[in-house]
Amino acid sequence: MTKTSFRTLIVAASCLFGHWSFVIGHLFAEVPKAVLDAEQARITAIQKAVKPAVAVFANEGNGGGSGVVISPDGYALTNFHVAQPAGSYMKCGMADDRLYDAIIVGIDPTGDVALIKLLGRDDFPAAVMANSDDVKIGDWCFAVGNPFLLATNLQPTVTFGIVSGTHRYQPPAGTLLEYTDCIQTDAAINPGNSGGPLFNANGDLIGINGRGSFEKRGRVNVGVGYAISINQIKNFLGCLKSGRIVDHATLGATVAMSERGSVRVSNILETSDAFRRGLRYDDEIVSFAGRPIDSPNAFKNILGIFPKGWRVPLVFRRDGKEHSAYVRLAGVHGEEELAQLLSRRSRQEEIPPEGPRPRPGQPGAPRRPDDQPQPAPQPKPDDQQPRPNPGRAGRPSEKEFEIPAEIEKLIQQKTGFANHYFNELHRDRVWSAFNGKADFSQVTGPWKLRGDMIGVGKVEVTLADDASSGTFPQGAVKLDASQDLDQQLGPAGSGGLLATLHLWRQMLVEGPQKFGNVTYYGTAPHPAIDGPADVLIASRNVAEMQLAFDPAGGQLIALEVVVDPTDDGCEIRFADYRDVGGRPLPHRLEIRRGDELFAQIQWNQIELASSTEEKKP
Amino acid sequence: MNCIISRKGAKARRSRYPVPDLLVSFRSATLRLCVSIFLGSILAITSTSSAQSSLAEVVAQTEPKIVKVFGAGGLRGLEAYQSGILISGEGHILTAWSYVLDADIVTVYLNDGRKLSAEVLGMDPRSEIAVLKIDGQDLPHFKLPDAVTLKSGAKILAFSNMFGIALGNEPASVLHGVVAARTDLAARRGAFETNYRGPAYVLDAMTNNPGAAGGALTDAQGRLAGLLGKELRSSTSNIWLNYAIPISELQPIIDQLIAGKFRPLAREEGQKKPKQHHTVAALGIQLVPDFLPRTPPFVESVKPQSTAAKTGLKADDLILFVNGRVVASCKALADELSFIDRLDPIQLTVQRGQELVEIELVPEP
Repeated sequence: MTKTSFRTLIVAASCLFGHWSFVIGHLFAEVPKAVLDAEQARITAIQKAVKPAVAVFANEGNGGGSGVVISPDGYALTNFHVAQPAGSYMKCGMADDRLYDAIIVGIDPTGDVALIKLLGRDDFPAAVMANSDDVKIGDWCFAVGNPFLLATNLQPTVTFGIVSGTHRYQPPAGTLLEYTDCIQTDAAINPGNSGGPLFNANGDLIGINGRGSFEKRGRVNVGVGYAISINQIKNFLGCLKSGRIVDHATLGATVAMSERGSVRVSNILETSDAFRRGLRYDDEIVSFAGRPIDSPNAFKNILGIFPKGWRVPLVFRRDGKEHSAYVRLAGVHGEEELAQLLSRRSRQEEIPPEGPRPRPGQPGAPRRPDDQPQPAPQPKPDDQQPRPNPGRAGRPSEKEFEIPAEIEKLIQQKTGFANHYFNELHRDRVWSAFNGKADFSQVTGPWKLRGDMIGVGKVEVTLADDASSGTFPQGAVKLDASQDLDQQLGPAGSGGLLATLHLWRQMLVEGPQKFGNVTYYGTAPHPAIDGPADVLIASRNVAEMQLAFDPAGGQLIALEVVVDPTDDGCEIRFADYRDVGGRPLPHRLEIRRGDELFAQIQWNQIELASSTEEKKP
Repeated sequence: MNCIISRKGAKARRSRYPVPDLLVSFRSATLRLCVSIFLGSILAITSTSSAQSSLAEVVAQTEPKIVKVFGAGGLRGLEAYQSGILISGEGHILTAWSYVLDADIVTVYLNDGRKLSAEVLGMDPRSEIAVLKIDGQDLPHFKLPDAVTLKSGAKILAFSNMFGIALGNEPASVLHGVVAARTDLAARRGAFETNYRGPAYVLDAMTNNPGAAGGALTDAQGRLAGLLGKELRSSTSNIWLNYAIPISELQPIIDQLIAGKFRPLAREEGQKKPKQHHTVAALGIQLVPDFLPRTPPFVESVKPQSTAAKTGLKADDLILFVNGRVVASCKALADELSFIDRLDPIQLTVQRGQELVEIELVPEP
């Protein structure tokens, strides 16, 4: 059946896009201009779309799938379940007939997305990412990819269809892969299409194909393919570039459809940020991340499109009154749990391969004649669930790994990371964009800052390596850096203003290398700027730190310090950067705790002592 | 003794569609497929400039007429859901006749997410359709007299609740394709297990998935053309067939179903039972254990030398009609027999494998 329809597609495609259009033009001399224009538009869209398409071949042709390049420097998207068996290094073919080396960058195992990087060019053809929320049911779309690993000549296969459904929720299928807010299409998605692009009629990227509803008909297209929406991937992209194993998010609350026909909180963790923001049992969820919530699936859909750590707006209703809050989303999995799930998943992949597994550059395996009835596929016990469709199964034997030496330098294994090399790369990029303006490594002496807490009174703070102190309108506060910070959270009600200022100075003076435990989180929205901020995370003492940088100017815009994960920390937003002895320093501080503004400080005077020795004479 | 029940009207039409053998029909269907896809693509292109937005509009206008039907099932391989289409503003729903309807409560989700209980108004096992009724007014619906007839190569859309993907207010799944052939399902006797034997649209689209039965087949303008059939696989070739039944074939039956003709247990109040009536046991019929709200009346075994055995009733037969009245469950069968005098003959219509068989039980004096 599939082969038949496949052949049919080829026939149809060649009719449409080959020289036949010339013949048609003569056969039907009266072809209206609108028809020819539409035909040309489709040809143009497909020509544009096949260029960034990637055929992923893992280790010596043992398997693979599809992918798509999204930036000229070679970042490409594929499925986690395609990249995982391939390991850290794979070969990628493109329509330009070339085979490129590629390495793993970051993975999102829950969302089934992997970011890889093709090497060797800085002018790769890149797909244009559309706004997938604009996609409507009935829109034409087409998939480009490597079904059944047919692209032995590196030329991708185009399958055409319509959007059958939008904002679909597909629950985890015996694995941790969960498809939320995804696009359903009847364009043929077969094993090997996994990881490949789904384009709209304009040839712009709307999703990454990765899953189908396969039941008793065997693991071939049954008219139901699912693509991860490109808008979800845009949210995760910054985190994927961090080289981390990226986790999905939870609100810390579950919802259910109530008898009254509204979506209400059915369970909530008292330690969650949502609880601290005021959400309670039986509250009605009105909107989440700006989208109205009319069903539990709609809620799960939206939750699924955000990475762990993002803050999103939540509107809920209680007793007829609406409340709004910005809620920080916690991770779905613990780090160890994620690692365990990853290893369990890799075992589940051990299912017998289906279909030919030709190697690149070699002819495909022989096939059955089409008119012979195919044996009835035997459903396995777990076949009732939709599941991902990798073009291969089983792990490659280690022997086949032969990574070229210059590429091996670009791969660093580390717990919690798919490729730690990219984390260092981006951490250093963010830091040098900020620190390039000023070097604080020479001002290791005490920092004295004097100013006003606006509308409250005078503030004077002295920050130094071992101990800091401050006089606030709320009282005098001292901090001993050798003691646990969770007992030194003054001034009262700030959540740790002095500790946050202390850690700010330490980070500036020491830099990420010396500070230690500084990693690049990725990107997340920050209320202080439009668009996403680059985020570094760090830990010291008992404190977890988050530093947000404005990608536009590289400036540090916020530092949040949390000493107790079940309680709100202290966030300082930095503004009004002015020159102090050749170094730009923020003169306006906004101190926030949870949703509340604690205070605003304007520094009038900042003195940086270059070293403790210099102060002594 | 075995005879295939044919309906008036269907016979005459059937002769216009030659009956090819399975393989030949498949090959020619493949050929037709290629040609029709080719033509279909041209047609698609013709309409693309205006269709790019309008196809989405057609879908948006059609979705409110599609409903999701939930009922019995839920065991492995038996989905507890299917599809249905609104055919009146007052809430008549056309759907497929299946075990899903063998439930105490059949639940219908409208496109806007409203959840309603449905009454099974009637069912016709021969055409494998049923009509449900929900409370409603001014509901968006397909007008059956406006249904269109399609030719091979016509572009189609198929709307259904396949795989139960759409929940609550989520719109039904839409597939696109072309009519590969309009042919007679009776040609596949012994190969495909179906009761329906009339003309059908064979579709080049993966329409007949789990839960798709009862969904709508429309043309590219969203005009109703057919009712999506069940999952059907040839037992000789293992090929899955995607088909829909033309609405024109179903119209007379739908009218009868709405009129209550095939209404199960539609019996006048106070009708008297004869003093000595038939019973399942006395006829020598052992039914399957009755443990569902509506256990389909399958024959477990037939007592040797009994009336039932002598007239050819067999184990695994499914009793569909008693004297032309639908019996949807073991209970309904027992009830129906209790209204027939023990001395009167009984006309049974049973489903044996994929055949419908007429049996007359004449009681021995």
